[in-house]
Amino acid sequence: MLGALTLIIRKGFNFMMVSLCVLGAVLAMTLVCMMLGYILVHGITFFNLDFITNEAAFPIGTPGGGMRNEIIGTAIIVSLGTLIAVPVGLFAGIFLSEFASPTVASSVRFAADILSGVPSIVVGIFAYAIIVRPMHSFSAISAAVALAIIMLPVVARTTEESMRLVPGSLREAALALGITRWRSVLSVVIPGAMTGIVTGVILGMARIAGETAPLLFTAFGSNFSFESLSEPIAALPLQIYRYAMSPYQDWLQQAWAGAFLLAMMVLVVSLAVRFISRKRGS
Amino acid sequence: MALNRRNRKASRLGDAVFSRLSLVASLAIIFILVNILVILIMQAWPTLSEFGASFLWTSDWNTMTDEYGALPAIYGTVVSSLLAILIAVPVSFGAAVFLTEIAPLWLRSTASFIIEMLAAIPSIIIGMWGVFVLVPIVRDPIQKWLGNAFGWMPIFQGNQLGFGFLAAGIMLALMIIPIITSMSRDVLRAVPQSQREAMLALGATRWETISKAVLPFGRSGLVSAVILGLGRALGETMVVAMVIGNVYSIRFSLFSPGSTIPSKIAGEFGETLPGTLQMSSLLGLALILFAITLIVNIIARLLVWRMSAVKMGRL
Repeated sequence: MLGALTLIIRKGFNFMMVSLCVLGAVLAMTLVCMMLGYILVHGITFFNLDFITNEAAFPIGTPGGGMRNEIIGTAIIVSLGTLIAVPVGLFAGIFLSEFASPTVASSVRFAADILSGVPSIVVGIFAYAIIVRPMHSFSAISAAVALAIIMLPVVARTTEESMRLVPGSLREAALALGITRWRSVLSVVIPGAMTGIVTGVILGMARIAGETAPLLFTAFGSNFSFESLSEPIAALPLQIYRYAMSPYQDWLQQAWAGAFLLAMMVLVVSLAVRFISRKRGS
Repeated sequence: MALNRRNRKASRLGDAVFSRLSLVASLAIIFILVNILVILIMQAWPTLSEFGASFLWTSDWNTMTDEYGALPAIYGTVVSSLLAILIAVPVSFGAAVFLTEIAPLWLRSTASFIIEMLAAIPSIIIGMWGVFVLVPIVRDPIQKWLGNAFGWMPIFQGNQLGFGFLAAGIMLALMIIPIITSMSRDVLRAVPQSQREAMLALGATRWETISKAVLPFGRSGLVSAVILGLGRALGETMVVAMVIGNVYSIRFSLFSPGSTIPSKIAGEFGETLPGTLQMSSLLGLALILFAITLIVNIIARLLVWRMSAVKMGRL
């Protein structure tokens, strides 16, 4: 009798706790869908061709304004940041996977993990201190450096991890044919790890494209079209921030359109990466 | 023969150049990390020498009298992050348990994908959603209800503005849920199947299996997942700057507006002249933030490493 009762209590408790876990997952998923849904549905109503092709309209309220300068600016600093981060990150990944002794590798890996945990605003201040202050001007190049520092550990770790997945027998086969280690890395290991490396780079680019905090004191933002790398540059996330916190209805709508653009980019990149990695898995 | 030797020489040179290059790239990572610390200390030096350690526990921020203290920002950072952890941990652990132990196989990868996508959305967009969707909800019904039901507690008193610690904590929780969930999911997935089977064979219910065999096995991994989430919450800037209300004072009510270290820096840095004590104090704030996140991240990584060492039988 008592045994039956404890069994019922245990089963009831089991049911309750399992339901709570399900609830946690459902809650998390609902929130993501609600948020993305709200941004996409709300943003697309203000999104049009003018938004991509036009500059900001003056005075406020003139229809047909857009964020062309900001989109171009973001493209420039993200590409530049990628150009800096990818070679360094790639070589660091190669070092970790191919050349480093275990102790050296683990300290570099540790540093990379810690660097990826440094708040992005601190990285922005760092870029401000080493580039903006000496040059006496906010600049595109300082923004690119800040973004590159954020992207660097991502590239290094994904490169390392995908190169480790390449079987050792392939390297040995290459070496047995008499080619040198660096040739075997370049023409055997890297091609084998290419999908993973490219995925890592794309994910890194998607991440830095939406970074706002490190741009506050580096790119600074600008109302004009791009002129030189040593001058302040317009950037999409910065302008979204400025517009979102402004009291003007028009600017707010522009901010939503910008948010839509960024969210779509993240969505497309995530789905593409998932598709690629699935294809590779099967 | 001569050609062969030259070839070999060239290839050895190639190897040397290539491995040096990769070594330099790796050292660059360590160099950057050390340099961030050095630069921050150098730039914050005027403030450190002026106020000394009292910078940590004074709460003025007065540009007229040039007196600066970090306490309100430290307080705001700690309160909002702890609140975020408090909200995020139960949800994330529940979700992780669901994803590894409960969900049918076909659902697992899709569900994790959806949750993890939240981590990829730029924080500025999440911040906009926070300002225009969440803050009104926090004001009414959340604060209204808490104020009515628990108004006798000091932490639920004061004006129901929406903007403030509560909103910041909820938003930060949203941002770290995907991080904690995906890390704990990986931890739970690594728990050997035999652990579960042994428990089930003893007649345990599913929850007893989870709570007595699965979760304890992954304990240090789960702790490090939470700490990594904390590290992320401490340094998050835009979302907090948009919803916390940006008032530089220490108030005990969760309803009241406040500041965090990142939000203070983001809001004031652009209007501060270089070379002033104010600028140096902002950099002092950045230094404190860097130190806190550094410690938090080091603890988390060490736990992860210890765990993988245990798993590989080295400890």
